[in-house]
Parts: sequence; C-alpha cells; structure tokens
Amino acid sequence: MGTLNLSATVGEQLRAQGVSRRGFMKFCSTMASVMALAPAFAPRIAAALDKAKRPSVIWLPFQECTGCTESLTRSHAPTIENLIFDAISLDYHETLQAAAGHQAEGARQKAMQDNWGEYFLAVDGSIPLANKGYSTIGGVSNVDLLQQVAKGAKAIIAIGTCASFGGLPKASPNPTGAVSVSDLIKDKPIINISGCPPIPIAITGVLAQVLTFGQLPELDHYGRPKAFYGQTIHDRCYRRPFYERGQFAETFDDEGAKQGWCLFKLGCKGPVTYNSCPTTKWNMGVSFPIESGHGCIGCSEPDFWDWQGVYRPLSTTRWGGYGALGVAAAAGVAVGAVAALAARRKQRPVGEDQP
Amino acid sequence: MRTEAHPALAGIPLVVEGTPMVQVDSGNVPLLLHELRHALERLLKDGSTHIIDLRAIPLGPGEEERLLETLGTGEVRAEFTSLGRSVIEESAYPGLWRVTHWNTADEMTGRFLEVTFTPALLSSPPEDVSAGLDRLKTDLGG
Repeated sequence: MGTLNLSATVGEQLRAQGVSRRGFMKFCSTMASVMALAPAFAPRIAAALDKAKRPSVIWLPFQECTGCTESLTRSHAPTIENLIFDAISLDYHETLQAAAGHQAEGARQKAMQDNWGEYFLAVDGSIPLANKGYSTIGGVSNVDLLQQVAKGAKAIIAIGTCASFGGLPKASPNPTGAVSVSDLIKDKPIINISGCPPIPIAITGVLAQVLTFGQLPELDHYGRPKAFYGQTIHDRCYRRPFYERGQFAETFDDEGAKQGWCLFKLGCKGPVTYNSCPTTKWNMGVSFPIESGHGCIGCSEPDFWDWQGVYRPLSTTRWGGYGALGVAAAAGVAVGAVAALAARRKQRPVGEDQP
Repeated sequence: MRTEAHPALAGIPLVVEGTPMVQVDSGNVPLLLHELRHALERLLKDGSTHIIDLRAIPLGPGEEERLLETLGTGEVRAEFTSLGRSVIEESAYPGLWRVTHWNTADEMTGRFLEVTFTPALLSSPPEDVSAGLDRLKTDLGG
C-alpha cells in the first residue's frame, strides 16, 4: 500500500514488476477464468487492463469476525488475488494496514478527498442499529461511518453474508439490531458477495471485472454477481447424478456415504443455495464441503443461520415435503427469471446516475 | 490403507489413512470428449479454435485425471516461467493441447484444453520481441 505508482495503468504496473507480455497474457487467461468468462475474453481483458487506471478502494470492517478478510488473504503469495491487489490502490483497510489511530483515519480522509465520486467502498460485517455504541471505529459509529464514506463512493461492494444480508449478528433474536449495507444505502450501486466467508476468487473476480470493464457485473435478485451466484450448488454438484438416480447417503458412515452418494437427506442445502463452490473450490482447489463428505450449509443465502439446523433435510424444514420442494424449485425458476430481467434492466455502467 | 494426498496438502506432515478416494462418475467426461471431437472437426473445416476452461466444469474426484489420461501425451511439450510456471503440451490427438498455469508458489491457477494448430502462448509476443531487441542493441553498445 502506498509504494506503487498511482498514475500507472494496470498493464504498466505489471510491466514495471518485470512481467513479460506472455506472462501478462497468461495473467489475463486466468483472470477470464476467475471472472467466470469464456477463455476467448482474455485478449479483451488484456486490452482493457492496458488502459485501466488503478482504482482507489476503501475497506470498512463493521460487525464481523474478520473471516472475509482471512478468506481473501489466506493463500500463499503471490497469487492472482495478490496481483489484483497490486492492481488496485487499497487505501484503507483497518485490519491489514500498518497505520493506526489518527494516522489511519487521516489516510482514509485523504483517499476520499482525492478520489471523491471515484473510489470503491468495500464493507464486511453488518451494521448494528439497536445502539450506535455497539460497534465504533475511532469513536464514530458504524452507521455514521458507512453513510459518510458511501456518499463519495462510485459503488459499494458488500463482502460476506453479514454485509450482504445481516449474517450471524442478525440471527434470531438479533440482539444488536443488525442490518445489511443495502438496508441503509439506497442511492448507490451495491454488489453483494455473500458467503460465510465468500470464496476469495468471487471477491477478486468482481473487483477485476469492475476494474477491467468499468461496469457492474450482471446481478441476481439479491444483488449478487451471476457469474458466481447464477446457479445453485446442486446444479453444479458432481454428486447431482446420484440425486437424479435416488441414491442418497442416509448416515455419514453408511455405504452410500462411502460411495459418494448425494447428501440431500443429511441436510445438504445445495438445492436452495446459489454459489460456485463446486467449480471454484476452496483451499487452493483442494475440494469443497460436499467433496469432503459434508452437505452445504447454505452460507451464501439470507438468514441461513435460522434455517432450523444444518443436518435437517430440506424436506423436513420450511420447504415442506419432497414434492413441495419440486414445486418450490419450479416457482423459484420463474421468480428468478423475472428478477434477472429486472436486474439486467438496472445494469448500467458504473458512475452513471452519480451525484 | 494410505491414500494419496492432494498436491496442495503435500507440505502438511500428515498421512491420511482410510479408504481410497471414491471414483465418482458425473457423466461429464464423455460429454467433454465429444465436445473436443466436434471442435477438432471445426478446426479442420474452417480453422476455428476452441478453448475449454476445466475450472468451470463440475468434475468429481478423479474425473479430471481420467479425462487427461484419456487425452494422453503427444509429441510437443513446452514450458515457460512468467508469474510462475506454465506447461503447454500437445495431447495424443494433434491439435488438442493442454495448457496449465501455476503461480510462483506452485499453486495451479488454471487449466485449459485448447483446440488450435498453435497455442497463442507459444508465439513470441511483438511487445516482448521489441523489448528484447532494445536489450540486444544496448548490449551491442547502441
């Protein structure tokens, strides 16, 4: 932070680090993959990054556990994620920055002043409203700080289920009166990257897409980028064929579990959870929960903490029986299609309609 | 029984004991092979190229290995190092290439199947040629 040439384009920045054109094209190929774009997009990404200036990013942590930041940084350096952060100007991140106290707050004020209307605001954590004193930074409450910094932001990226939907703090009985970013801010484009924590590549993929194409990605009805949240875990799960054949594990150590059969009856929430874990995977591509033998807990969906138990099958919770689930899924497709159409209509270049 | 750990776990001094990894058949491998067959036909017919990002395909444990084993190894193998290692290999089916990228920590960051006569990354980019020429001129004293 702060040691790079702020006026350089991303392409210039990478070249200054000794990256060859071939390495740059390799970088763009993997970025297309990260952004869930077709590989044929790589040359367009290269052309865009050659011209793209490094945007300023201010990252505010509110009522959170730091898991989202851990998710982003817990990988061996340097990775694609690190390269992306070399390609942006991360001007304020309370958890990562060395500065503290007035110096840190001064850096945030300066970044806001220098980039008013142009910077991106990243938020992790929910915002408590029951009492402003529940969570403060430098004596300023979360809600006041969010409203103050959001004013000059070009767009807001809500990182994690807490910032996107309220998350764990909002779980019943919601003692702090926790709300999400989109509950409070109504006049700025907001991208929700939900998950507890979100997949690191979803975070950097969105930043890369905004940086590369200057546009918000296409969003679903919950404001999540469709590239990562466009399909359910179930739709992308390699165990799906077992579901279709009616082959289910009944316990975690029966023959079905050993054969890798579907975990639906053990409480897997894959059919109602939109995320890309089955293809992006976790821990440097090792696996994802279902591959490790545990059902999806639905962590990228609103209010998943109150879904009446991780191990209760969907058929015995609020969705009713198996038949009802089928009806609900069909209805969901219809609702989703309408919402997607509405989201597409709302899609516009970042910066349009800004004050 | 000992099972082979994922390469990313190699640095952890633990040995996993238990049943071998279950080989799951999602049905995607034959579909991919047919897609590649059609792509090779198009390459011959009108020269159009095709790339499959294996990271975007839901494959079960062992399926990617089975796919790559089916494709086999061809005559050409090239490796370059820029932002980590990259290996470009022709499969046993000429015109079908396997391109794999790693970062500097040797973590795989991407694997693609390319149907093309020559993968683009094998050619010298004009920008690098120009930079190299400048270096050569400097080395020659002007």
